Amino acid sequence: MSENKNLNSIAALFDTPNKIITAARKVKESGYTKFDVNTPYPVHGMDKAMGLGQSKIGYVTLFFGFSGAIFIFLFMGWTMAINYPYIVGGKPLFPFQAFIPITFEVTILCGSIATVVGMLAVFFNLPFLSHPIHDSNYIKEVSNDKFGIVIEAQDPLFERERVIEFLKSLGAEKIEFIYEPEKEEFKILQPKFISFLVLVAALTSLGTFVTLNKLMYVVPFNWMDNQKKSNPQSETNFFYDGYAMRTPVVGTVAKGFMPYAYQGQAQPKVPLANPTLPTKQLLKMGQEKFLTFCSPCHGNYAQGVSRLMGQFPPGPTLHSAKIIGYSDGMIYNIITNGQNAMPSYAYQIPREQRWAIIDYVRVLQRAQNPNPSDFQAIKELKKESGKNAVN
Amino acid sequence: MNIDYTKELALVEGNPRLADIDEIITRPLTQPPTRKFYIALSVSVTALLIGAYSLWLTLYYGIGMWGNNVPVGWAFDITNFVFWIGIGHAGTLISAILFLLRQKWRTGIARFAEAMTIFAVMTAGIFPVIHTGRPWLAGYLIPYPNQHLLWPNFVSPLLWDVFAVSTYFTVSLMFWYMGLIPDFAILRDKSVDKIKKTIYSIFSLGWRNSNRHWRHYEKTYMIMAGLATPLVLSVHTIVSFDFAVSLIPGWHETIFPPYFVAGAIYSGFAMVMTVLIIVRKVFDMENIITLNHLERMAKVMLLTSSLVVYAYLMEFFIAWYSQIPAEQYDFWARVVGPYRWGWYFMVSCNFLIPQLIWFKKIRRSVVVLFVISICANIGMWFERFIIIVQSLSRDYLPSSWHMFTPTLVDFGVLTGSFGLFFTLVLLFAKTMPVISIVETKSVLEGAQPTVHGGSDHE
Repeated sequence: MSENKNLNSIAALFDTPNKIITAARKVKESGYTKFDVNTPYPVHGMDKAMGLGQSKIGYVTLFFGFSGAIFIFLFMGWTMAINYPYIVGGKPLFPFQAFIPITFEVTILCGSIATVVGMLAVFFNLPFLSHPIHDSNYIKEVSNDKFGIVIEAQDPLFERERVIEFLKSLGAEKIEFIYEPEKEEFKILQPKFISFLVLVAALTSLGTFVTLNKLMYVVPFNWMDNQKKSNPQSETNFFYDGYAMRTPVVGTVAKGFMPYAYQGQAQPKVPLANPTLPTKQLLKMGQEKFLTFCSPCHGNYAQGVSRLMGQFPPGPTLHSAKIIGYSDGMIYNIITNGQNAMPSYAYQIPREQRWAIIDYVRVLQRAQNPNPSDFQAIKELKKESGKNAVN
Repeated sequence: MNIDYTKELALVEGNPRLADIDEIITRPLTQPPTRKFYIALSVSVTALLIGAYSLWLTLYYGIGMWGNNVPVGWAFDITNFVFWIGIGHAGTLISAILFLLRQKWRTGIARFAEAMTIFAVMTAGIFPVIHTGRPWLAGYLIPYPNQHLLWPNFVSPLLWDVFAVSTYFTVSLMFWYMGLIPDFAILRDKSVDKIKKTIYSIFSLGWRNSNRHWRHYEKTYMIMAGLATPLVLSVHTIVSFDFAVSLIPGWHETIFPPYFVAGAIYSGFAMVMTVLIIVRKVFDMENIITLNHLERMAKVMLLTSSLVVYAYLMEFFIAWYSQIPAEQYDFWARVVGPYRWGWYFMVSCNFLIPQLIWFKKIRRSVVVLFVISICANIGMWFERFIIIVQSLSRDYLPSSWHMFTPTLVDFGVLTGSFGLFFTLVLLFAKTMPVISIVETKSVLEGAQPTVHGGSDHE
């Protein structure tokens, strides 16, 4: 026994479970607190003999199990009812009955992971490979078929000779001294370690590169990037002319592009009927489009006062008797085909908006040439709004 | 055989000493592999490679390589999944439920059964992933905040399955590893080889047999058993929801959860028995895995077989009682329809053959038990096949009826699943203690003290 080593504890080995129970009780009764019993398997009654209470690990399970349950239940409800409300299978947005199976599973999962990890890492402080007891003859005996007690040198009652005497008096087969392990020094910057780091870095980079750029794109996993089809404007050797795109059959009409029957004709034979109703919403749109496309030449109120200050020939007033007399279809024809200096607006204004503009022009015309009954109507409207104001 | 049933049987025969237990259990780990081991391994690895090749074909060309086609969208894939998940159930049942019931005879078989659970769940886990056809997209099943702002459909039984199976795998793995830690510590202290010692040291986490640890350890073991017990019942319940929640005749049944759980335990015990009979012979462990163990397992098989048969009968009764023609036809077609051979297989393997277990002579005859256990495995595979394929091939519209014909790739994947399972089992038997050393020591005669620990002990 070399004296320069630091004594950690004194260990004693016993033969039978009965002896170890008695010994543990006596050690406890003698007032030692920093002692431990090592047995090859859990010996019944040892907790009582060592004066240890009930294990508190169950509270860890309880807490984490319930936390997991509450979390996952609310989480599922949040995803399905709040974050992305979505009705599946005719169930309500918060189908709590269908959440029960997953809630149950997550309760078990959280509870058991917390219990095992908590026990090993927090309660036992494992992994702990440098404990002085490791690699001693003592641990080899107690993990096989012997039962042992260790009394640590840190114990306030520890006195080397007295402890040895005491353990012998309990009937110990063998006494062993356990020393603190010698401190091992590791230099960080040794060539071996640095080359190891370099190797790991190189392998990680290579592995990442190959995985992300090559492996993820081998045939079964090509993410539908390579498909056996021709894209627009691409070449193909399937057709004799090498174009993948084909010219449509003569007379093909693209969806939503029904041609205008009087394209390029100044005077339609049967002008189209206005398909719209002058609703408030439609007139609003007509006003907006009129101000955008028509008012620069025809003026804000269609009175023929151009906003372009002579840069472009001004458009005529739309309040003339001729234009008031035009049918809606005729005005539509003019907007679509253009007239005199006015170009076609077919490509700038969609059909529905053209009709909306015509409805709005009718409103402007009526405002310039009102019927007497309109004044009566305005008066009543004002009365109504006055009443509302009083109320 | 003169067994006195009035006395508690010795759990370990031959009354070995504590030190002998280490010796017996760690013998396969310390000796070089025998010829028998290599032969067994080469067979299982060959099967595994066949499976790997079939899987490669499936991934490369797509699941058109399988026989699945409308209306039979699920066939061998999900049959294998349910079959392997079922096998897994025996392990947790033995290690958790029998632990809570204080059945100490579980000691000899618990570790092996737990390992089989883990390997079976690993094998089973392959199938739901590959049956989607694009297994590399399986990550979308996990609810994580993603760019698409999408969450999985939490009300779908298929997603419940994901949670159930992954929870089951995680909990079984922790339960198993927790039991292995003290055994790794024993191996660490026994081994002299430097590499082995390093590996065992890492896995034993520096366990030091301290009683201050044992007391938490035992409590945790009990809590884990308590958590695993409802878990094991929930897993096959949720698997059965995959079917029961749908509307296919033959699937839409409320009896499915208990029926599936009973079937799972039956097939699981059968598989544990098959493997253990081989292991106790090959590794000379007849003293620890005794005839009494096999007899008790046979009794559990008989019980669960009866439960399963009750479910078969109840299915027929309810089909008749429901007065739904599609349901009635589906069950009638099981007996006389095109898949009747599968149904006869199922009934004879799960009902007729297990009746032999009533006889004590047969319960104590290793060879007959071996044959019965293999029959039970086959029968339970056919049960799932019948439930899945037969029901799908005969749904409401006679115009959409279609037979399922498996392809070679189907059989290749099935072979591969057995290859994977048995390869893992063999490697496990050679690298880890197949029986819990600590638990076996603690149930030896004279292992527990006769004196009381404290004055306030009752």
